Amino acid sequence: MADAKHSVLITGVSRFLGLRLAKRLENDDRIGSLVGVDLEEPPVPIEGLEFVRADIRNPMIARVLEATKIDTLVHTNIGSSPALLGGRSQMKENNVIGTMQLLAAAQRAERIKRVVMKSSSAVYGTRPSEPSVIPESYASREVDLGGYGKDCAEAEQYVRDFGRRRPDVALVILRTQNVVGPTVRTNMTDYLSLKTVPTAIGFDPRLQLLHEEDAVEALYRSIMGEATGIYNIAGDGVVFLSQAIRLMGRVPLPLLLPAAQITAGLLRRFGLIDFPTDQLKLILFGRVLDTRRARESLGFTPRFTTFDAIKDLRMHRSEDVTPEPSAHPTWERELFEYLKQRASSDREKV
Amino acid sequence: MGEAEIIQLEGRRSQPSPQQKTRCRATTAAGNPCRNYAITPSGFCRVHSSDEASRARHPSGRDTRPERTPDPEDREHLGLEEFIKRRLSGEYPIDDFGYDEQLAREVLMPLVRPLYENYFRVRTFGVDRIPSAGPALLVANHSGTVPLDSVLMQYAVGTEHKNKRLVRSVGADLVWSSPVIGPMARKTGNVVACDEDTDELLRRGELVGVFPEGYKGVGKGWSERYKLQRFGRGGFIEVALRSRVPIIPVAIVGAEEAYPMIGNAKLLAKLLGFPYFPVTPTFPLLGLLGLIPLPSRWVIEFGTPIPMDEYPEDAADDPMTVFDLSDRIRDTIQQMLYTNLSKRGSAFF
Repeated sequence: MADAKHSVLITGVSRFLGLRLAKRLENDDRIGSLVGVDLEEPPVPIEGLEFVRADIRNPMIARVLEATKIDTLVHTNIGSSPALLGGRSQMKENNVIGTMQLLAAAQRAERIKRVVMKSSSAVYGTRPSEPSVIPESYASREVDLGGYGKDCAEAEQYVRDFGRRRPDVALVILRTQNVVGPTVRTNMTDYLSLKTVPTAIGFDPRLQLLHEEDAVEALYRSIMGEATGIYNIAGDGVVFLSQAIRLMGRVPLPLLLPAAQITAGLLRRFGLIDFPTDQLKLILFGRVLDTRRARESLGFTPRFTTFDAIKDLRMHRSEDVTPEPSAHPTWERELFEYLKQRASSDREKV
Repeated sequence: MGEAEIIQLEGRRSQPSPQQKTRCRATTAAGNPCRNYAITPSGFCRVHSSDEASRARHPSGRDTRPERTPDPEDREHLGLEEFIKRRLSGEYPIDDFGYDEQLAREVLMPLVRPLYENYFRVRTFGVDRIPSAGPALLVANHSGTVPLDSVLMQYAVGTEHKNKRLVRSVGADLVWSSPVIGPMARKTGNVVACDEDTDELLRRGELVGVFPEGYKGVGKGWSERYKLQRFGRGGFIEVALRSRVPIIPVAIVGAEEAYPMIGNAKLLAKLLGFPYFPVTPTFPLLGLLGLIPLPSRWVIEFGTPIPMDEYPEDAADDPMTVFDLSDRIRDTIQQMLYTNLSKRGSAFF
């Protein structure tokens, strides 16, 4: 099984992480076939990628999984930015309902032997008295886990439910820290790239970041390896927010907490930076993960420390390859065409 | 000519050239790779260059704090100018729990020194009963309205112990949600009161300080001074049994007189969300001036370590063992308190 070629389907292939993963897999010998699903076409061509324009919320996705005969499903289509996903309710539709539908479809796909989902450290919540270094076993005691964290927690629950119904499938859930890097654009990179960075007086959380290359590497190992389970994925070491701002060569602008909240609202309104209120607490209290399990069981050691990831972000802060996803009216027709074409080519083979 | 100038400039600033920029080989007290650039031929930074010798003594290596060399050049190296430069560029290491060794050792500890030496005139006994390396759980009494005792205990071990070890006390929720106090507690090496943090620190071979009385200890009235309150629910014993690390009882005398709490404004406390609102002879009568502690004399005694490895593996799951041990340690600390109270003599003079 280990030597067999993998047939991989990536959801969210046009979003930065899916895109980078597809790029990583495009010339890999161990990949039999590579399928990407998204609403938008990938902004850069990927060799050998079979792109399918589909919405994972549509039950049609079941036919895509069946037709492409994949054995590994990589679900990266979970987003944290309401603005990019068309508002909070759309975001929840995409994250939670999308995962639910995708896994419902996967349950029928007999060939699937491995499911990898990109979750987030947001599932741990952001209470001030969370453990300083959070292990995977920690269950958030936060009662009002909202927004992105709640989405991820619910999506994870669907994966676990799926695992109960399909015990033959190996499951991997990656709880990634905030991803930064030269090509990715997240609210964290936006925030750290402001000329003067608003912070809250009297708060200086620890930040732990994940370089995009390492995020891709962790996904790659989850696809290729034999490991299963939940893994925290983050760079080594931490920095203080004030330190990160200095390392970025920026100047902090400490504001009183209410003023900081108003500023966040203004920045969001003007589209400068999209820090939803549930994630705003991150720059008050921070969140640091214990990455030992990933090191020991997944065999994943990040190349970039948090420190180096920030330095790299500072060096490369320039272009932005993240596409602006918008609902495409033609996707359904194209999907039909694709399935028809696929069916006829299968008949020819027979 | 131009080339020569560049070389001269680099020499003056003693900046490492790119190929020399290797990181230090040592690990910090928290067990992370040191981020400083190596300066010695053997690949250690200035902080850890003196660490090689102590490493030989303790094969575990990571457990030892670098010994403070009396070498005057050492302090000169990170002068005020260099310190500020590093702060402004962000080029300084912190550990996973947020301990900022540079800030703590270079700025905050010198600030505590006059308080420790001249104001409270702290005397310590048995500080070298703390192992020179490896994990241990320090269990101390908690008193005095404002948790000054935690600060001074940390200073005592950080300066008077032969290896200048760092004690990392656990702090309650209120500490971590407070502005200024929360980040300051982090930067001085304190951690959150939860099993995950204590287990991880002990696994890394560090010293963890706990105050099992919690708010009941700091928030008790003057009439109950030096009377130990209930020791929580014995969680600290479970931690020690699980990690099989010795418990070191610590008695701290002097905090009670620094802020004698003669009243508790419970209504005000409720309004502000505090566990108690202290009324001392000077606070809130004198306003902010009332926050100045009274100059009491302090004694800190570190008791004989109580080993935990003689208990069975699953002792932490046996509540009776846990409660018995908890009572035993409570009695020990109470006795130490009485002894040191009589040894101290007058509280202020």
